[in-house]
Amino acid sequence: MDGITPQLIGLQLFTGLALGAVYVLLAVGLSLIFGMLTVVNFAHGAFFMVGAYAGYALYRIVPNFWLCLVLVPVVVGLFGMLVERTLVRPLYGRGVDYPLLLTFGLAYVMIETVRIVFGKQGMPVDAPALLEGSANILVGKFPLYRLFVIGVTVALLIGLWLFIEKTSFGLIVRAGARDPQIVRILGIDVGRVWLIVFGLGTGVAGLAGFLAAPVQGISPEMGGSVLTVAFVVTVVGGMGSLVGAVVAGILIGIVESMAVLFVPEAAKVSMFVIMVLVLLVRPQGLFGRAGLMN
Amino acid sequence: MTYLALLAGAACIACASAPCAAAGMPPAPIRIGLPVPLTGPYGAEAQDQVRNATLAVREFNDSGGLDGRKAELLVRDDRLNPAEAATRALELIDKDHVHFIVGSLSAATQLAVNNVIRQRKVPYISISQSDAINEAADFSRYTFHESLNPHMTAQAVGRYVFRKGMRVAFLTADYAYGQEMTRGFTRVAREVGAQVVGEIRHPLGAVDYSPFLPRLMAMHPDVLVFNNFGRDNQISIKQAAEFGMKDDMKFVVPVLTYTSRVAAGARVYDGVVGGSGYYWGIESTTPSARVLNERYRRAYDGGLPSDYGSMAYSAVKSLLMAVKAAGSSDAEKVVDALANERYDTYKGMQFYRACDHQSVQSVLVIQSKAAPPGSRDLFTVLHVAPASTGALRSCAELGHKLPH
Amino acid sequence: MNAHTDVLHGAAPPRRLFERIRSHRVLASVLVLLALPWIVPNGSVAVNILVYGLYGVGFNLVFGYMGMLSFGHAAFFGIGAYCAGILVAQAGLPWWIALPAAVLAAAVLALATGLLAIRTRGIYFAMVTLALSQCVYFLVYQFPRSGGENGLRGVNVAEVRLPGLRIDLLDPTATYLAFLAVVALALLALSRVLESPFGGAVEAIRENEARARACGYHVEHTKLMAFVLSGGLCGLAGALDAIHLSNVAIESLHYETSGLVVMICLLGGMGTFFGPFVGAALFLLVQDVFSLWTEHWQLYVGALFMFFVLFFPKGVWGTILEKTHGR
Repeated sequence: MDGITPQLIGLQLFTGLALGAVYVLLAVGLSLIFGMLTVVNFAHGAFFMVGAYAGYALYRIVPNFWLCLVLVPVVVGLFGMLVERTLVRPLYGRGVDYPLLLTFGLAYVMIETVRIVFGKQGMPVDAPALLEGSANILVGKFPLYRLFVIGVTVALLIGLWLFIEKTSFGLIVRAGARDPQIVRILGIDVGRVWLIVFGLGTGVAGLAGFLAAPVQGISPEMGGSVLTVAFVVTVVGGMGSLVGAVVAGILIGIVESMAVLFVPEAAKVSMFVIMVLVLLVRPQGLFGRAGLMN
Repeated sequence: MTYLALLAGAACIACASAPCAAAGMPPAPIRIGLPVPLTGPYGAEAQDQVRNATLAVREFNDSGGLDGRKAELLVRDDRLNPAEAATRALELIDKDHVHFIVGSLSAATQLAVNNVIRQRKVPYISISQSDAINEAADFSRYTFHESLNPHMTAQAVGRYVFRKGMRVAFLTADYAYGQEMTRGFTRVAREVGAQVVGEIRHPLGAVDYSPFLPRLMAMHPDVLVFNNFGRDNQISIKQAAEFGMKDDMKFVVPVLTYTSRVAAGARVYDGVVGGSGYYWGIESTTPSARVLNERYRRAYDGGLPSDYGSMAYSAVKSLLMAVKAAGSSDAEKVVDALANERYDTYKGMQFYRACDHQSVQSVLVIQSKAAPPGSRDLFTVLHVAPASTGALRSCAELGHKLPH
Repeated sequence: MNAHTDVLHGAAPPRRLFERIRSHRVLASVLVLLALPWIVPNGSVAVNILVYGLYGVGFNLVFGYMGMLSFGHAAFFGIGAYCAGILVAQAGLPWWIALPAAVLAAAVLALATGLLAIRTRGIYFAMVTLALSQCVYFLVYQFPRSGGENGLRGVNVAEVRLPGLRIDLLDPTATYLAFLAVVALALLALSRVLESPFGGAVEAIRENEARARACGYHVEHTKLMAFVLSGGLCGLAGALDAIHLSNVAIESLHYETSGLVVMICLLGGMGTFFGPFVGAALFLLVQDVFSLWTEHWQLYVGALFMFFVLFFPKGVWGTILEKTHGR
């Protein structure tokens, strides 16, 4: 195999981290939504895509990357809350399948709407001038923007951790993930919690899309392939577990980029093989709680 | 009485054997099915194919058609899905009773349609770029291939770019089209005396090329050929430029499409050289191109035909020329006429090679240039490789037994 | 809930009629399907409705009757298609070997998948089935004989010769009737199975798995058997599809094909016998009609689907049954 040096492997590890960062962001959102609402959000990839397009559209109005970085998750999160209140909430109590199916149809609608508004072609998006170029990390030159993505993800995870561990709202989220019924019995307005959690989860997905745009450009279909990966990561980590989402996201990002180096045809399948292996040994995922589905 | 009856009988017989325009019934139209991917990532190309095909049909009808018989275009959406394409082809043949089919954009959809028409003996002109349809296993008397195939494009571009002693590297999408391109370029390199220093394959639909680009850089090539298509092509070139590779090597692509250039923008494709079936800019040297451009401008508000669109124009126009030459819409007669036809529809003389019905045609080598937004002046034509069977794989190589 | 108690309680005549239809559901289904080519504007779409309806029937066994949401059923459909395709196109074998072989291949794959997946449940089950079907997609893609993304061409079965009967498969109506005969046989087999003690076990497990286990039912075995049977039916649908289109596309193994059958079953009515055909007809016709009007038909199909999930969760046929049957 030509050209595979230890430096390259080191570089690939970092690429895997950057890849994994996006997966982590998506999986965290999915896990939050599932843990709290027991809703499997099949439109998560579409929210990712909407985040990318929202960034593109916002940038035309407010040509400041940093401002858009903050605004995009808010805009997407608000849209997510609207979806939760009008579409997902009415299905409460009908079983796990119905919200899943609803979000499945919602994805089609969102993708086609974006096609109508922005065209089918897809567009290139550039990283801000400050982040172009590469930095010299020990193993070689690595694109600055990808380091930035890793950085933002770490910052967000720290923020999320603080929110969930240190605030009273976070306490409710943790309790709700553990046992939704008790939380309701305790008299807490679960509806409001759901609304905010759904908004938070989708907002993070939108942020992931915005961050991914300069790397791969934007297209209406960009959410499709990334959704499958997001699900694999969430399931491997354990639905409802944020630690699991982080660990699994990094693991799968690194495995995929290593596979691309050594066995490119099998890169896409590698994550599925891992998922099957993990679920054979631990059917609830690495950090999931057994019985969460019952 | 009997004399009048005889006269009436003779008149009836005469009327029955001649086109009964006087009877008030319009003659049966010549129906052409056009299954193209109107939905999906190539919708824009497909739309232009519809516009171009409609233009060709209108020209035929305006000039009187075939003894008063008009042509009719039935457009269907194959959604870039082979099962859907086969269903549409079946529908066009069984329900709409088309005489001919022109169409398909992806290799898989054209092969699916081809399989359907073969069994039902309906002439089909494919406008999809693929090598597979030329091979003996998929060939049939009714199968024609109007557009370029990867081998021809690789020959044209490779011969223009490669020089003896040059170092050539490939970034190949790991599927049939990518592999066909690599095979074509490798052959040219060998013939010219250039050295292939390496090939790196990437999964189809990859969005991150950083695993591949450092390894390609380490090979120190003079030319890097991106054997992929569509978004893969746009993203890989963009990322390679971000790695600074444009300063060290020439970027070459097998097919430089108008839509990719527009979607990715001038900066990404700046200086990139590739092949093309058609570019409106050749009207300065090619009369038939000028005629097509003029007609298209008049019909579509000053627009210009694209590379993909013009293939549809040529396919439909050459088909209708064959119908006129055969004097009928009968499949067997038209197939014979097509096989023997020499036609200049939009870019110079073309004809269908006997063994595989591949249209032998010129190939353009173009380079992207910077242009103000909204301008159509996107490419410079560096070279026109003339129409020649030498650019095709040999009949024997494709599995055809001689003579056809 | 049987005819006897209905009579005792003085059930209204329509109820008796529906009970009659229910006990002869295969015949009723076939009679309705016989009329289809004359209702649907296009012969090949009618055959597609039959094929995807059968695919839905197979999936329904696992999803509607057993409550297990699988996102990997495309694997069985696709393996059936590729198996029949390769045997016909490359080995030159006749259809009466290719079809049973396809069913067998799909059933074996379902057995393997089931053994791996059954121990998980809920979304994990859906994900494992998705993952395994993606592995199948990948393996078939790499397998040289499959043609990769160019698809498998040459699945040409020009005619079907039976003693005393010659069916020309280039004629859309003849193809439809021939396929209907196969589908009828499959429905008959399924109906028999559902009425057997096995069917009772299936229903018991769907109602309450813990209770069924307590009653002594072997839950895992039943689930596995249902899965295998489901796989076989989907494989048969795939084989028919291959013969109809003379072509097998690699997309038939993709998860979008898995998603398609979920949509069809939901639109038609999960857990109903005839629902999948209604769902297939609704989906394919809506897709066809909308794509003639607008290139943005996916918007309307998605919206329609959401509408059904929100207001008609039992699907078209399920809702009709519910309203008229008082189930």
